[in-house]
Amino acid sequence: MHGIQLGSIDYVLLFIYFAFVLGIGFALKRYTKTSTDFFLSGRSIPAWITGLAFISANLGAQEVIGMGASGAKYGIMTSHFYWVGAIPAMVFVGVFMMPFYYGSKARSVPEYLKLRFDEKTRAFNAASFAVMTVFSSGISMHVLAKLLEQILGFNYHLCIIVSAAIVLIYIFLGGLTSAIYNEVLQFFLIVLGFCPLVFLGLKSVGGWDGLVAKLNVVATSPTNPAGKAFAPGAWTESWAHMNSASANPMGVEWFGMVMGLGFVLSFGYWCTDFLVVQRAMAANSMSAARRTPLIAAFPKMLFPALVILPGMIAIALHQDGGTFLPKDAAGNVDYNMAVPAMLAKFLPPGLLGIGITALMASFMSGMAGNVTAFNTVWTYDLYQSYIKPGQSDQHYLRMGHIITVVGILLSIACAYVASAFNNIMDMLQLVFGFVNAPLFATFLLGMFWRRATGHGAFFGLLSGTLAAALHHGLTLPAGATMGIKGGWLCGGHVLHTYPVDMAQNFWAAIYAWSACFVVTIVVSLVTAKNKTDNELRGLVYSLTPRIKEVGLVWYKQPAVLGVIVLIAALVLNIIFW
Amino acid sequence: SDGMKLDVRLPIGGMFALFGAIITIFGLVSDPAIYERSLGININLWWGFVLFAFGAFMLIMAWRAAKKNKQ
Repeated sequence: MHGIQLGSIDYVLLFIYFAFVLGIGFALKRYTKTSTDFFLSGRSIPAWITGLAFISANLGAQEVIGMGASGAKYGIMTSHFYWVGAIPAMVFVGVFMMPFYYGSKARSVPEYLKLRFDEKTRAFNAASFAVMTVFSSGISMHVLAKLLEQILGFNYHLCIIVSAAIVLIYIFLGGLTSAIYNEVLQFFLIVLGFCPLVFLGLKSVGGWDGLVAKLNVVATSPTNPAGKAFAPGAWTESWAHMNSASANPMGVEWFGMVMGLGFVLSFGYWCTDFLVVQRAMAANSMSAARRTPLIAAFPKMLFPALVILPGMIAIALHQDGGTFLPKDAAGNVDYNMAVPAMLAKFLPPGLLGIGITALMASFMSGMAGNVTAFNTVWTYDLYQSYIKPGQSDQHYLRMGHIITVVGILLSIACAYVASAFNNIMDMLQLVFGFVNAPLFATFLLGMFWRRATGHGAFFGLLSGTLAAALHHGLTLPAGATMGIKGGWLCGGHVLHTYPVDMAQNFWAAIYAWSACFVVTIVVSLVTAKNKTDNELRGLVYSLTPRIKEVGLVWYKQPAVLGVIVLIAALVLNIIFW
Repeated sequence: SDGMKLDVRLPIGGMFALFGAIITIFGLVSDPAIYERSLGININLWWGFVLFAFGAFMLIMAWRAAKKNKQ
């Protein structure tokens, strides 16, 4: 328990935020007249808004709390999740993939799979995605309620009900537009709420040079989070210690990092996850849709300063006396409390209210992102396709409202499941990992190889999922016992032991992607094409006319923006090498 | 503006201008002792002003866009 005492001014700020969030929902209600308005924002939103929503929908619990914890445990190496594990994929989806998503007029990512491949591939993706988004929303809700209970003493059930009610009201009233507008509001709140925390934290440790000196002590101490001494700089240099998995606190070597995280997992998430792609699909033009992930990439590459740096400062302060970070129930240091502990230490009443509101905003934007993606996939890809096709637009709009309520209720149920059975949620996350890892291979072949067939895509996805499960069953991270961590296929005599479970995850993704890629090609070559070239126009690179961005100023051209983003990411990698 | 149903800069500007005004005023009237934890800096006063300026900027942008649209 690391108690934070909120003053009355902090509560005033929190209530003002809730009022604005709900106000946006009410203001947008009169613009939501058709199912296209509700699920796709009527494709009317400018690029700067969809760009900020693109990044904000991803700003859930994992980002603010999780990356702060990773900053404490792994130091600046956590930035690989941004500069390697996000930026290249965001450029790729903007420059190369968005023309197919937006140009095909598909209303969702699963619908693109139907247009490109066949019904069974769409159904597989839609069903797994719908289940996954509800669970993700529930986990976000659970983590928020648990955190507020832990740091503020709030009632767990009240937190669940209030957060669910607010998200439900503003999505029910304004649909995707309301979610996107609130995500932009939440983006600015998170940035402006965390800036003073980073400033004060850095000032307290003597600036960047002071932080480096303190973290060198952390790196060389055998009592650091990794439990063994490393070379100085292991917490403040992102690439210099990646020759060997045992030389850095993350326990991952450069190839596993670049291929597992930087290619398979990163491209699999940013290029195929409807949760983020939906924001770009709401843009008001093809050009705006392509610029959406590129605009998002600029703040994304600077986010380590807001979410990782507080964790690094927290571990530096903890190293001084060993009491800054609280312990969990098992008596281990609770790194998830790095950001809340920083808020409690540095922010006075007033700004503390902004910081706590920003924390809540990050969880709520994650929940809302999942719920809006869920209601679209359910209505368009499952309900309209298999349960009640051919109904009026108003019928599907009404279903959108109903399924939003159902989605929130299911999320609440999942939050309570998570609070009662932690292992069940771990298991589900694991299974979702198996399903997601091969996805990018399917999309890559679908968009850039016109010979890929529906059977190839479906069996490729299945074999990729199976390969990930097999890999998990045959390997274990060091020190782990057989079970949810792996090794369940070989009675404890594993084929390979990884230094840490992150390395196991990265390599599982590599095997899954490779299996999917190879099987899709082989099955496609032995099965007949199920789509004519005419049907594939606008869905496959070689059959789609190149987009000429006529009359666009240079800084609005996707290719130029993409090059600038990649150079900036490269510069950041070199600075913190 | 920009084809938006509701100019998103209005709620953003309104909220941050209000936040900034409240925090700046609180920074002016609060007991200096509460700023021990922020290293002796009256961070409410300074950052409240930044929030207010950001909110005002957003509101001005929204107002200019609305004016341009009317013309």
